[in-house]
Formats: sequence, C-alpha cells, structure tokens
Amino acid sequence: MKTFLILGAGTAGTMIARKMAAHLDANHWKVIVVDKNDRHYYQPGFLFLPFGYYKEDDVVKPIRNFIAKGVEYIQAEVDQLEPAQNRVTLANGRVINYDYLVVATGTDIHPEETEGLKNGGWHQNIFDFYTFDGAMAMAPAISDFKGGRLVVNVVENPIKCPVAPLEFLFLADAYFTRKGIRSKVDIVYATPLPGAFTKPVASSVLGKILEKKHINVEAEFNAGVVDASRNILASYDEREISYDLLVSIPLNKGASFLGAAGIGDELNHVRVDKQTLQSTQFENIWALGDAANIPASKAGAVIHFQMETAYKNILQHMAGQSLTHHFDGHALCYIETGFDKATLIDFDYTHQPFPGKYPVPGVGPFDLLGETTVNHWGKLAFRYIYYMMMRGIEVPLPTDFSMSGKKQILDQSPA
Amino acid sequence: MTDLVNVALNAEGFMIDPNQWTKEIAEILARQEGIDVLTPEHWRIIDFCRTTGLASGKAPTLRQITVGTGISTKDLFALYPKGPAKKVAKIAGLGKPEGCV
Repeated sequence: MKTFLILGAGTAGTMIARKMAAHLDANHWKVIVVDKNDRHYYQPGFLFLPFGYYKEDDVVKPIRNFIAKGVEYIQAEVDQLEPAQNRVTLANGRVINYDYLVVATGTDIHPEETEGLKNGGWHQNIFDFYTFDGAMAMAPAISDFKGGRLVVNVVENPIKCPVAPLEFLFLADAYFTRKGIRSKVDIVYATPLPGAFTKPVASSVLGKILEKKHINVEAEFNAGVVDASRNILASYDEREISYDLLVSIPLNKGASFLGAAGIGDELNHVRVDKQTLQSTQFENIWALGDAANIPASKAGAVIHFQMETAYKNILQHMAGQSLTHHFDGHALCYIETGFDKATLIDFDYTHQPFPGKYPVPGVGPFDLLGETTVNHWGKLAFRYIYYMMMRGIEVPLPTDFSMSGKKQILDQSPA
Repeated sequence: MTDLVNVALNAEGFMIDPNQWTKEIAEILARQEGIDVLTPEHWRIIDFCRTTGLASGKAPTLRQITVGTGISTKDLFALYPKGPAKKVAKIAGLGKPEGCV
C-alpha cells in the first residue's frame, strides 16, 4: 500500500485530496490529509466580519464536511518533515511515511516580527482581519468607533490576497458614511508599494477610487516600529503616522516546519517550479496554494486554476512521464469597492489586469476593472460557489487565462 | 572617466543588460541615487545582490537581502535610504525586485 500525504485541509488541501482520491486506485493508494484545525474557514469572508456583514456561521464549517470519501483525515499539528526520508512526524507522535507529499499549509500572519506590534495595543486598538479571531475581535472596535484616524498598514509583501487591504478601506469608507460620521474619520493606507496595487493599470484605476473616496495613501511606507504607548506607527525611514485604530496586515510566512525541513524560502514558502508546482528539491513533493513561493497572488481562485494542472502533473510523474501541464499564474479577484459595488481583475504571470468583460468576452456579465453592482453580486455569490467547489461540485470557469474581450493598455506608470 | 552614455537603461533607470555592469557604473548610479561614497558595507550588499540576482535572474527582495546578508532592515535603510531593495537593484545593474504580486 502506498501513501499519498497532504498537509493542510484548507482550500488547496481539500481540493487536491478529492482529486487524488478520485484518480488513484484505492487498492494500492491511501490518501491522508492532516490539519491542525477541525474548522474549515471561508477566508474571503473574513473581510466582512469586522463590519458585521457576515457572522461566524457564514465563514466557519467543520472540516469533515469537505473531506472526500475514501480520504483519511487526521487532526494534528505537524512536528517535523524529513524530506530525504519521505517522513512526517506529527505532534501526537505518529509517524507517516509517504510516497508522495503535497504541502498545502498556507501562509499565516506574524505580528511578532514587527517591533511593538504585539506589545500593548494588540486586539485593543490594533487588529488584523486575516485570521478569524482577529476579524471577530475587531468588530466591536469598528461599531464603537466614534471618529479619529483609521490606519490600514501592509507590513511587507507578499501577502495573502493583495486586494483585501483595499477592500477593507473601501468598506470602511462606506460603513462610516452610512453611519453619518465619515467626516470625523480620517482613513489612511500605509503601504510599502509605490501605489495602490502591484500591477500598473489596476494600480491606477484603484488609486483613483481611493482618491475619490478621500482615502489618503502613504506610499513606499516600510513599517519598522509600532509604539503602542503613543499610538504611533513609524517607518524605517522615520516617517510617523499616528492612529486611533490600526488595522495591520502583518508579515506573512509559511509553516515553520517547512523552513526547518530546508524546502522553504526565506519566508518558509516552498520553493517550486512556478509552472508544474513541483518542489525544486524533491521530485515527490508538490506545494499548492498559499504555501508555494510562486509569483502569483495568494488567493483561493488561484488554487482553483492551479488544481487542473497540478493533479495531472502528479499523475504523470507517478507514471514516469514528463510533466506537460503548465500553470499560467491565472488569478481572478472580485474587489469590493463599497456601497454594494465591486470591481473585478483577471491576470496571470505575464498579463496584468486590463479592462474588459468576464467570463464571456464582450458580453460579461462582469466588468473587468469597472465598478458595478453586478460585480458585487458576483462577490457575494462566490461564497456559495466556494462551498460547492469544496464539496467537489464542478464549477464551469475557464481555467486558462485569456486576453480575448480585453483592452490592452500600455504601461503608463511603473509597476 | 566612465559615464552612462553606452549603458542601456529602461524608463525607470534600471540597467537592461546586467552584463554591461562594472564597479565604475555602480559608483555613478549610486551618486544618482544620492549615495556619494560606496563603503565596504554598501559593497557587501551589492555583491550579495549581484551573486543571487545573476543566479536567479531576479533582483532579491528586501527580505532576501536581510536574511542572506544578516544585515538588519534598519541598517539596510541607513545604508540605502528610502527603498533599499530597489536602490541596490538599480546600483547592482539588476532589474526591479519582484517583491510583490
């Protein structure tokens, strides 16, 4: 009996477990998935928790609901991975010898890596919304906010879902406007990037939305220190921003056992070939989703697009064939812009987001880089689509990126 | 005296061909970035970026530089004020670092 081991039962781990269980002969293969949690989070929903738009039930389900038939699920922490020995030791002492390994342990926030961020103000007037606990803890601070300066800060890139900080800003603007206190709230976005987003055309479009909403951008801001006693966020080049409420997107890192195993980069994201998603060091190891160090957005939709190429490559490798399926870095993100509108971006490794229609070129119904109510419905509908995908119901979205129906714009500003 | 007349630069001032790079060019580019004298500490970072950048085909990110050289982010900002990763990449004749997607 051979063992196909998957570490992590989030979006990527859940999907690959189902694919492998469907394609491997159960008489010869055992598929095991390990996760430290027993809860599966709909992570895109965390954004809505601080504003009270979603409740706990909307974003939390038991992991078991999504584990495919024939897959063994073990709830345990990973203690050690020894890739040269094809061996994983769990914190409960159990040792699993594997033939193939998929790492899908994601990426997590590390507020302790920024001086002062966790000392004093954490979960008092400093919050994150990249964890369920952080987003829930922030909700009363948002509803009780009477005015002052709200600062959203990205400590360092890459981060999971690079558009979420912008969405948070847009939703905060709409929330305080509807509450009638927007004129008393100063909203500031402090980012290490030179502008609103990483890609030039989208950055210019999103930058204009920020401007229209009177959200001030403090660009090229590399957060160095938080002084919680004075409510000051300071950059390495000694710019200081005072805050009443600080929403931090702390440094993102992969699981520490990956660094210890020597297969992670300086942020513990697994080094893989960006097209095949196979480890560059061990040919029986793959990394999927946020755990991989590919230069694509860390987002659920990216995982959906990855999956089609990844499982085929793994099967080819098992059959001794060369890997012919190449992931193109395709990402598709709905971006909430507030007041029940959203915009949409579609891009890959080589093409930045452009205006156009999606998914049917020229028709839509969704507007790429346009701000519409239909896009907002798409964003809300996505939660249902997500849970369908997690249960193994196929969703007919084109996997490969396409330029058709899009208007290419030449770079006007630096990336 | 070397100058930049024969050095191909892109719109943002990054060298297009890293093989054209020389130490003299680095000194001129550094002055343009407001660094008058390149000290041994500056060079240690440039050398690290040249080595890793040429091997991987990409300029290293801020985090790769701090982890790879053991120099703290604070010290890196003192040596290369404002955006160290971008500044070093430019001076080292590499493309812009891809820290973000």
